[in-house]
Amino acid sequence: MKIIAISWQYLWSRPLAAALNLLLLSLGLASITFLLLVSHQLSTAFERDLAGIDVVVGAKGSPMQLILSGVFQLDVPTGNIPLAAVQELQAHPQVARLIPISMGDSFRGFRIIGSTLDYPAHYQARLEAGAMYSMPMQAVLGAQVARESGLKLGDTFTGTHGLASGGHAHGQNPYTVTGILTPGGTVLDRLVLTSLESVWQVHEADTALDDDDRQIMQAEREVTLALIQYKTPLAAVTFPRFVNTTTDMQAAAPALEITRLLSMLGVGLDVLRALAGVLLLTAALSVFIALWGAVRERRADLALLRMLGAPPRKVAGLLVCEALWLALLATALGVLAGQGLSALLAWALQLEKSVLVTSLSWPAELAAVPVLALVVALASALLPAWEAYRVNVAGLLRSS
Amino acid sequence: MISTRQLAYRYADGPALAFADLDLPQGGVLLLGGASGSGKSTWLALVAGLVAPSAGQLEVAGQALGFGAAALKNSALDAWRARTIGFLPQKLHLSAALSVHSNLALAQWAAGQAQDDARITQALTALDVQALASRKPAQLSGGQAQRVALARAVLLEPQIILADEPTASLDDEAALASLALLQNTANSHGATLVIATHDSRVAAYFAENLSEKGLQRMKLLRQ
Repeated sequence: MKIIAISWQYLWSRPLAAALNLLLLSLGLASITFLLLVSHQLSTAFERDLAGIDVVVGAKGSPMQLILSGVFQLDVPTGNIPLAAVQELQAHPQVARLIPISMGDSFRGFRIIGSTLDYPAHYQARLEAGAMYSMPMQAVLGAQVARESGLKLGDTFTGTHGLASGGHAHGQNPYTVTGILTPGGTVLDRLVLTSLESVWQVHEADTALDDDDRQIMQAEREVTLALIQYKTPLAAVTFPRFVNTTTDMQAAAPALEITRLLSMLGVGLDVLRALAGVLLLTAALSVFIALWGAVRERRADLALLRMLGAPPRKVAGLLVCEALWLALLATALGVLAGQGLSALLAWALQLEKSVLVTSLSWPAELAAVPVLALVVALASALLPAWEAYRVNVAGLLRSS
Repeated sequence: MISTRQLAYRYADGPALAFADLDLPQGGVLLLGGASGSGKSTWLALVAGLVAPSAGQLEVAGQALGFGAAALKNSALDAWRARTIGFLPQKLHLSAALSVHSNLALAQWAAGQAQDDARITQALTALDVQALASRKPAQLSGGQAQRVALARAVLLEPQIILADEPTASLDDEAALASLALLQNTANSHGATLVIATHDSRVAAYFAENLSEKGLQRMKLLRQ
């Protein structure tokens, strides 16, 4: 008979207490798992979407709003900026690459983004079918858009005004699907990509009163923002100041804004972490009480084991092994529940067409969960094991 | 065999106990009598190596159980106890969480031995409780439980069986059956039998069933 088998049988000899302790410990570990997964996946999603973008230039307003709308496609943009001003920036000696972005319409809640082919290229987008847009009113669908809309190559659709569904439909200017992207886990998955000209064409056709009006509008074309990559990291010191002080636009550094955002989110995460900590502490106390009770209840049994020749460390090991069983089971259940919750969140965010969080991931940080379970179990078992270690065998004779 | 000379034990916060000298040969039977508090349990604990004497000499199955520098190291003492002493407590202390079979396997585990199912079956069969192997202790009658506890006590073929009040709370018929079982089991293993008891039925049984040569009595007095 092995100690693992004996301790397993001892553990389940009080099924209610064992199940309750398991539940408590699993809940604590599930919360920790969920928090670890969400923080990891959010920062991964942010990093993925931010990769290679040093600064975002757009209309003046909240810099965080500019980043959220321009990079993550989450918020509404701060306004539009003149195309001419963006073209001037493109010629700036510190700018290596500039990707203009134009937005304002959506299709079934998915944003229609007008840009150059540099935009999908920046995220190393690959086509699952068809080709990239090469003419106005051609569109390439992100993987999620294609999946949810059911559109296929050659299908046509019309955008609606505004970034949420339910706006005025631009019925006279339908888009034709020329390509569908493979899922890349980036912001592109939930976007409809088209050329800048398409966006301009839709709005000019809708709002111009006559040809003269259209010509004026063409001369005053705007984009929403520009994603910029520097030639040298040193540009980070001077370029934003240059834009902010000499133009009517604002430059916002994504890294800075995201750090700010994460620190704001961090307060919430800290509260959740504290709650998970309280749950774990409660579980530790409960396991301790159960093991302490087990030692008291089985004092004579444990003494008899000593009488039968078991050294004290073996008797104490039995208690520790019981706690380790709890830790092992709670880790498995906790991680599973945490992954389940995370999958639920991923599903909800996908419904909201928000940041993409993958449903199953195993980041290295998850190693903290079994470690935590082990620490809680061992800490809870410490005193009961010590009590078992020093159980009074001679007392067994006297009490019997 | 058990041999003692001027054996004494002093409690940390109590009186010292002095015990009469004894020479009990291998295979003999000792009835240890005395009122409550006279030191029966302490004498059993000394013989089992659970406590060290404060004075005198004690040799059990060829092993000197000394004190101070002469004392065996704890681990050696545990191993010695596992292979030398079989113990039948008054309260049987069968683990309620385990089956009868597992209770015996637990004894092998405690003694640091690999599980030997054949040996367990043999011990249970010898005491006619093999059919109960899969039952939990709560499902056994008092007599069945005592047989299982005895099977556990002799499982490792100890040289000495210590039985503490084996007939307490048993009616006459059950007490006689229990004593016969103990005697037969000890005989079949060639083990020395020490019975701590103040039950006059035990003395009467052995007076009737054992020659005076094989039986020794030691009555402890409250000191």
